[in-house]
Amino acid sequence: MDTTKANIIAQLKKDILPLQGFKSTLNTVALDAIPVAMKNAFPNAAFPLGAVHELIADSTEDATATFGFIAAILASIMQNAGASIWINGSQSVFPPALKSFGLSPDKIIFIYLKKENEILWAMEEALKCKGLSAVIGEVQDLSFTASRRLQLAIEQSQATGFIVRRNPRRLNTSACLARWKITSSPGQLPGDMPGVGFPRWNVELLKVRNGKPGSWPIEFVGGRLRHVPAFTVIHQQQQKKTG
Amino acid sequence: MQKRFISIWFRYLKTDWWIRRRPMLHDKPFVLASPDHGRMVITAANRLAEKQGIDINMVVADARALIPSLEVLDDQPETSARLLNALAEWCIRYTPAVAIDPIDGLLLDATGCAHLWGGERSYITAIHKRFKDFGYDISIALADTVGTAWAVARFGSNDSIIESGQQHTALLSLPPACLRIEASATERLEKLGLRQISQLISMPRSALRRRFDAQMLQRLDQALGYEEEMIKPVQPIEPYQERLPCLEPIVTATGIEIALQRLLEALCNRLQHEQKGLRTALFKGYRMDGKIEQIEIGTNRPSCNPKHLFKLFEVKIESIEPAPGIEVFTLEALKVEDLPTVQQQLWGNKMDLDNVELSELLDRIAGKIGAYNIHRYMPAHHYWPERSFKEASSLNEAIQTTWKVDRPRPLQLLSRPERIEVTAPIPDYPPMLFRYKDKLHKVMKADGPERIEAEWWLQDGQHRDYYSVEDEDGHRYWLFRSGHYDAAKSYQWFIHGFFA
Repeated sequence: MDTTKANIIAQLKKDILPLQGFKSTLNTVALDAIPVAMKNAFPNAAFPLGAVHELIADSTEDATATFGFIAAILASIMQNAGASIWINGSQSVFPPALKSFGLSPDKIIFIYLKKENEILWAMEEALKCKGLSAVIGEVQDLSFTASRRLQLAIEQSQATGFIVRRNPRRLNTSACLARWKITSSPGQLPGDMPGVGFPRWNVELLKVRNGKPGSWPIEFVGGRLRHVPAFTVIHQQQQKKTG
Repeated sequence: MQKRFISIWFRYLKTDWWIRRRPMLHDKPFVLASPDHGRMVITAANRLAEKQGIDINMVVADARALIPSLEVLDDQPETSARLLNALAEWCIRYTPAVAIDPIDGLLLDATGCAHLWGGERSYITAIHKRFKDFGYDISIALADTVGTAWAVARFGSNDSIIESGQQHTALLSLPPACLRIEASATERLEKLGLRQISQLISMPRSALRRRFDAQMLQRLDQALGYEEEMIKPVQPIEPYQERLPCLEPIVTATGIEIALQRLLEALCNRLQHEQKGLRTALFKGYRMDGKIEQIEIGTNRPSCNPKHLFKLFEVKIESIEPAPGIEVFTLEALKVEDLPTVQQQLWGNKMDLDNVELSELLDRIAGKIGAYNIHRYMPAHHYWPERSFKEASSLNEAIQTTWKVDRPRPLQLLSRPERIEVTAPIPDYPPMLFRYKDKLHKVMKADGPERIEAEWWLQDGQHRDYYSVEDEDGHRYWLFRSGHYDAAKSYQWFIHGFFA
């Protein structure tokens, strides 16, 4: 009796989503790389692909963590095929390092632009293109109108857009589907082994349309993102000598 | 109408061409030579060298013995074919049908052309004079058949016109070599004492066929006009150009757009027909005051899609200044390539680098902001981080080596390493503290060192000992010490990148 009730509730929840204006996208690639805990924050428990994600980065270190997170997700979107465009303000991303996130650097086209309006124009044009898996752009400010334009461009192509806002002056509302903030957190190796360990981030989902915002400690291990169990106590440890 | 043919024989085709290129060779004996079985063998000699007894197929060393000051130039085997092709195309002014006659001649079908120059005599004089002005020493003959014209040009008197039906008499006094037969057959005729066509022509045909092969009889018939001979005219490539004259001068942007669209449609139609695509195109507007306005576009891959090409031009149309008005527009495809046939997919869009839409997108972006801003990278065989990747030359260049993942590399790399102040125990421990941009970082964990030597064949400088470190906030950095700990030499600490 309880199970049928639960089923009915789940079905009703699904029916409510379209009424709230949520359109399920055609792009339904199963993203194995994303932990279940994070997926549950999204409607239908699926990472939304045909949408713009806004990521906030307040410092260079956070921007690097953000790039790592994007690279990990992008690797599972592209699945060894497909192409992406990465529009930067400067030549800072080190292509060979992308490979360690499972992403083929030669499948990415880097475009370096200085002016913000040029970056937004290029992003919009790229998002209209049906031949791309994802488009990544780096800007400081994103007006509501600009974010609307990006979202409209995406609706033709169903590509995924990631817009990294570096040192934003003001966190204004935008038409992006989700707003993230990724910060690095101290890594830990099992058994207190010395060394730096795997990349570990604190992933915060600040805003998401039709979903539940949340925050998770995430580690990138063995080619996929892993939710770090909460009971792991991260304690400060003394510097270990290496070599 | 009676057919008339012209045979042009270039006596010194290749050497005349060299003199045209280098006028100072004019008064010197010189030869062209190419290697053969380890020796340099002469393939062509100019008039002066030939006068002094130098022949083709002579070894250069022997020729040098005859003329010590002999100049020897390298011979490219494809020169004569290329040259004849160019000359044949130039000769189209005299007749529409011009054929190449390897290895040193041209054949012109002059049927019905001579009267335009006021008779056959002035016709061949005109041709001879033009070639002489170019510096080519030619011999020319006009006859009813290709065979007779060929024979008279090479073995008869210079600039001869054989009247219609007179082939027989013209050939009588010429040697059998004029029949365009193989060298072995000529030799045999020589041995038999048959040194003139007149001796040959009176022989019974059956005897000739028995002694020699059928080819000789066929050549004789062709020369005499009993058998028809065809020539294969050259067909020059028409330039990919379209032209649009306007009744009234165009001054508005809309007018220019319409003109451009029409030209693009016409050009793309032709390109599509020939399975070609353009890589660069030039759109020109000829203004009333004599100035020319032009815009140029380039594409990543051959394209004959007028819509896409129009979009590329569209952003540049505003740079055209029509001023008093444009009267003629031209559109020219400067670089044309074969269009790879694209298999249409019914459903599902293949998302890859050879996607047509992607290359069209990049063309648009390159058109607006410049192609130098667009990059694609390939792995390179270097450990030095700044050199571990290189620019790809094109969108579909495949990677030759694999990307290395065995060592940790930072996701963001500073274009120039920045100096930092550190506190580090010697000799090879990672730092305990470092100061970067006025912020003190306490190192909690560290990995390393990874020593990367400077590539001495490319640059001088000290090796780097790289450490990946993590500070108390969990931020990860890539630091290195340049050089050894050594009191005598200086060493420095730098920050080079950020890990994710």
